[in-house]
Amino acid sequence: MLRYLIPLVIFIVLAVFLAIGLTRDPHELKSVLINKPAPAFRVPQLKAADKMISNEDMRGKVWLLNVWASWCIACRDEHPYLIEYAKSGVVPIYGLNYKDRREDALATLDELGDPYIASAVDLDGRVGIDFGVYGAPETYIIDQGGTIRFKYVGPMMPDVWKEKILPVVQELNRQGK
Amino acid sequence: MNKSGREACLRPPNNGGKPLFLTCSLLMFVIFLMAPFVKAQVQEEEVPSDDPVIEQRLANLSKELRCLQCQNQTLADSPAGLAADLRREIRIQMKAGKSDKEIIAFLTQRYGDFILYKPRVTFTTYLLWFGPFVLLIGGLYLLFHYIKQRRDQITEKPLSADERRRAEEMLASLPGKETT
Repeated sequence: MLRYLIPLVIFIVLAVFLAIGLTRDPHELKSVLINKPAPAFRVPQLKAADKMISNEDMRGKVWLLNVWASWCIACRDEHPYLIEYAKSGVVPIYGLNYKDRREDALATLDELGDPYIASAVDLDGRVGIDFGVYGAPETYIIDQGGTIRFKYVGPMMPDVWKEKILPVVQELNRQGK
Repeated sequence: MNKSGREACLRPPNNGGKPLFLTCSLLMFVIFLMAPFVKAQVQEEEVPSDDPVIEQRLANLSKELRCLQCQNQTLADSPAGLAADLRREIRIQMKAGKSDKEIIAFLTQRYGDFILYKPRVTFTTYLLWFGPFVLLIGGLYLLFHYIKQRRDQITEKPLSADERRRAEEMLASLPGKETT
């Protein structure tokens, strides 16, 4: 009896492991920067090219950094929702305009609206490397002390916003008070 | 693109094909004309370093690193924008005198161990590294165990004189078989 049972058990364990593996998205990588200070940057702003923007400017509040670009198709999917989220006023959203031509980026914001308080220009992708960006859109939640608390890769659709982003933001805001 | 035009191009020509050929060429022409209006990623041209030592080091190092955009390619092979940016960053750091170890540390701090093609030996990768050896040793143990068990079951006893005589008789009685 045992000699037939053992291979069966091994098979079932293997099958369960492989089945779990199939449900996981290999493109969703866990960020190593969670609970680490957000990388420092100081780059020009998109709309006011003569002004700089730095992560230090946002110190003291919980904020979102949304990596976007005019060439990024998935960013367009999330764009109308970003405008809604921004209007709700729950959390300030800043953009990181990643490897984009300024005129393309400005045209996109003119066409679709601008959800960002300001967008930082990362022309050569150097800020992106510091943040471990590997595909736009990506969204980081950064707390009052400048620490990254959460990262989401992919378009932030309403279900993601409600189930993943909002709870973290609310928790951080409560802790900060 | 016009939908019926696209279907026309996909359908095999059945009416001599000449007007169809014209439609398709026209469509291709229009697509080419539209190319400059497609928004693209800003990508600086990759400039190899003029120092052959750095290029050699980069070639060796980037073979061990994964491109995170196209996960099954190394940083050396990948045409992705991110890979080019990372190669540029590695060149800059090598020029600044950073060692390979320092550069790997720089990358893993940002992208995690996943960027390494050869996984590190850590607690979470023990099974990956040593699992096959455990399986091999386990398999060998089972094999020897099985052989030993069989040997115990089938013990060879020398034949008695009577048995030997009977066996010889039987062999001798086999048809067409000569015994000496």
